[in-house]
Amino acid sequence: MDMQTVPAIEDSTPGGEAAATARAPWIRQALDLRGKLALLADAAKYDASCASSGTTRRDSRSGGLGSAGGMGICHSYAPDGRCISLLKVLLTNYCEFDCRFCINRRSSDVPRARFTERELVDLTLDFYRRNYIEGLFLSSGIVRSPDYTMARMVGVVRELRTVHDFRGYIHLKTIPGADPALVEEAGRHADRLSINVELPEAESLARLAPEKDAAGIERAMAGIGTAIAENRDSRARHRHAPRFAPAGQSTQMIVGADAATDATVLARSSTLYRSHALRRVYYSAYSPIPDPSDALPSRPAPLVREHRLYQADWLLRFYGYSLPEVVDATRDGMLDLRIDPKLAWALRHPERFPVDVNRAPRELLLRVPGLGVRGVERLLRMRRLQRVRLAHLATLGVSLAKIQPFVCAGDWQPRAQAAGLARRLAEADGTAQLPLAL
Amino acid sequence: MNPVGIAPRRPASRVVRAAPGGPVRVTLQRASDAAEWRDAARRLLAQDTDPARVEWQDAAAAQASLFTTGDPATDAAPVVADAGADPWPWPAPFGALARRVLCHREPGRHALLYRVAWRLRREPRLLDLAADPDVARLHALDREVRRAAHKMKAFVRFRKRSDADVYVAWFDPGHPLLHALARFFVGRFASLRWIIVTPDASASWDGERLAFGPGAPRPAAPAADPCEDLWRTYYASIFNPARLKLRAMRREMPRRYWRDLPEAVLIPQLAADATRRTAAMLEADATLGVRAAAARCGTLDALAAAVQACRACPVGCRGTRAVAGEGPSGARLMLVGEQPGDAEEHAGRPFVGPAGAVLQQALDAAGVRRDDAYLTNAVKHFGFQQRQGRRLHRSPDRRTIEHCRWWLLRERELVEPVAVVALGRTALAALLGPDVAREAAGSRAPVTTHETSGGRVIATRHPAHVLRAGDAAARAESYAAIVAALRTAAGR
Repeated sequence: MDMQTVPAIEDSTPGGEAAATARAPWIRQALDLRGKLALLADAAKYDASCASSGTTRRDSRSGGLGSAGGMGICHSYAPDGRCISLLKVLLTNYCEFDCRFCINRRSSDVPRARFTERELVDLTLDFYRRNYIEGLFLSSGIVRSPDYTMARMVGVVRELRTVHDFRGYIHLKTIPGADPALVEEAGRHADRLSINVELPEAESLARLAPEKDAAGIERAMAGIGTAIAENRDSRARHRHAPRFAPAGQSTQMIVGADAATDATVLARSSTLYRSHALRRVYYSAYSPIPDPSDALPSRPAPLVREHRLYQADWLLRFYGYSLPEVVDATRDGMLDLRIDPKLAWALRHPERFPVDVNRAPRELLLRVPGLGVRGVERLLRMRRLQRVRLAHLATLGVSLAKIQPFVCAGDWQPRAQAAGLARRLAEADGTAQLPLAL
Repeated sequence: MNPVGIAPRRPASRVVRAAPGGPVRVTLQRASDAAEWRDAARRLLAQDTDPARVEWQDAAAAQASLFTTGDPATDAAPVVADAGADPWPWPAPFGALARRVLCHREPGRHALLYRVAWRLRREPRLLDLAADPDVARLHALDREVRRAAHKMKAFVRFRKRSDADVYVAWFDPGHPLLHALARFFVGRFASLRWIIVTPDASASWDGERLAFGPGAPRPAAPAADPCEDLWRTYYASIFNPARLKLRAMRREMPRRYWRDLPEAVLIPQLAADATRRTAAMLEADATLGVRAAAARCGTLDALAAAVQACRACPVGCRGTRAVAGEGPSGARLMLVGEQPGDAEEHAGRPFVGPAGAVLQQALDAAGVRRDDAYLTNAVKHFGFQQRQGRRLHRSPDRRTIEHCRWWLLRERELVEPVAVVALGRTALAALLGPDVAREAAGSRAPVTTHETSGGRVIATRHPAHVLRAGDAAARAESYAAIVAALRTAAGR
């Protein structure tokens, strides 16, 4: 597409510049690039994902700019402790939708801005050349129509990929309801596609995001999932078939904006992982925004809840826990905020412990609180050669204090330690201050 | 960059043997070069040289310390040059591990690696013994190198020279990593011309060829790049002040890197602002502040006092007298107007001006006693425009309504009326949101009824409409609508 012929948003567009300007006249002053960047990065920070890993290995030795593949690189860290890997911005924060939980909803009084495609392409390249970023994470408010918005976004990544031969990472948010042809093109340019399911239950989505349609979102995810699977097939047959979203698709759920329990959230996640081959489900703790309706809670969801959900998500994907088992670690469907879900499960199942580090199979070792996937691998290698004693465990890079009550080793046998620990934790109920490292 | 001083691709180590069975000194030209160490180690292993006899020396360091006096060895010829005999004297994973550990600045790394290589011939699975002190140390060094390498890939910041199309970075990786990592930067920035300078080496890429040179102190890079301003803008905007986690940030981005990260100058200010904000988060955000303040009011009297102190919106900030609601706390009927007027503000009571008179008349017609109902307004302060010494009524804007409605909603919670009559669009917007108000106004129905979880809301015109409407018919219609709404609400 010729960049010059892209029509500007017409002023008569409902929800476009004109409408927003009428509501918020102070934004009429023209924003420079810096002003736009400030607004549109600020508007994008509610998306938790910043991953840039797991795509195809490539570099610029044969031309172009950039490289990708393998582990993503976090080029900086914000004071909120979160990694900055990608230039994460919205193309525009004008939006025709009125999702209650979203700061950019139609009825919100936030100032609005819109990047031109050219500005965004140049910004990405300039940042990339200085080694600030791994690539671009582009999302957008919905202007005029899903197709119109999606076409603008695809225009940006198309220019990056075809005109500038940009080989860095691109994550593109897909607009539900956009023309499948546009999604197909998006998948050819982007490393990862994502669509936010927003809320764990379709019912609350209907209530809080009336213009969004849970079935439509699900359909779009299924479409991308199928395209990724088909692409894998065709690449198995023809090595040079063009790739489609090689880093897969992901989604995000806001937690704490509705009454859904952690059990509901996790059930939804595991369905999503299963049915659409998602790489990641991101959880974002709801933080209140000034809202004219009573539909939303006034309190933010505790950040530690988000953290516990990620831990439970990990148990499901990497530690061999089934959904009922993780739900078993909850109380009335809610994960314990004070202790991690793995410890919670272990405390509920004293009959499964202690685990013998010299004999237990991998699956059981993975259930020991404090023993991670890597620690277990090292332990398995070590014990083929020697009888493992408590002191050896310390060299695996695990916390002895944490695993001691749950294991027996060559020279170690816990005595009702687990029960004691459970009692101590129960006594500390509600008063314990736990570190919130994520 | 001047390529003079580049070490040969495969520098030859010097293995010096004093006497059979005596100490063996190996002098490495480039202490972190994997090929050089590997060749030397291979030769030593071929002779099964006991690690305890081997002394490893860094030529550069030895020269610097003039540690060459009284050298007992004179024979500089390679002891064994038959590399074909045993091309891989160790398992492949050890080769990769050695390559990385050699990039550590630890001076004892050569000896440690050789010791492990030598032991591997006797204990082929030694590397799996994570608890072995040598293996544990090796893994620890490996972790540090890997981390430093990862951080270098992340934190090198190029500045574009203003006079040429060349990108220059100065970076201190903490370990001699540049040779090992230059390939990564070539792969990423093959189409650019760039130079990376570290304290002990530099690398330059002219688009075709990679060259290494000596290191240089920090001022080697250009002082600034205009793009850094945009980058800082991004950094400050993507940060979510509601979740300050400085410890987590410092763990991943230790302070020692900050000096060379353009964005790091912002950290102290961002952190300070965020802390202040967290401390006063509820108060800082006006709407949340009102919401919290209203929620704290346990009685209507407490609420009336709190409303007086509210400065959440520009109207409230004028510090004029606020007018809270009036009526019994258990009233079955609650009436909500728009905002107090001149007369109301003076009296400190709602609905006492001309519109109040109309309302009184309507209440009488509907058979409702004023004292039985709770009367209040959507907005508690009088918003006006000053015109020729007179204060003219000015409808509250959307923000004012959004702020002030939390007082109203709390009043409603405390009074718990069976029905609420919203007099005018502002009242309905405050109670049920702007969308409902827009819809009701659009329908042009004089009375609309809305069932909500908090009880029934009946919306109709504001009494002032009866005074202001253009023609008598419209005035009469509005008045009749108000009476009808009051009747319905009172259940008559």
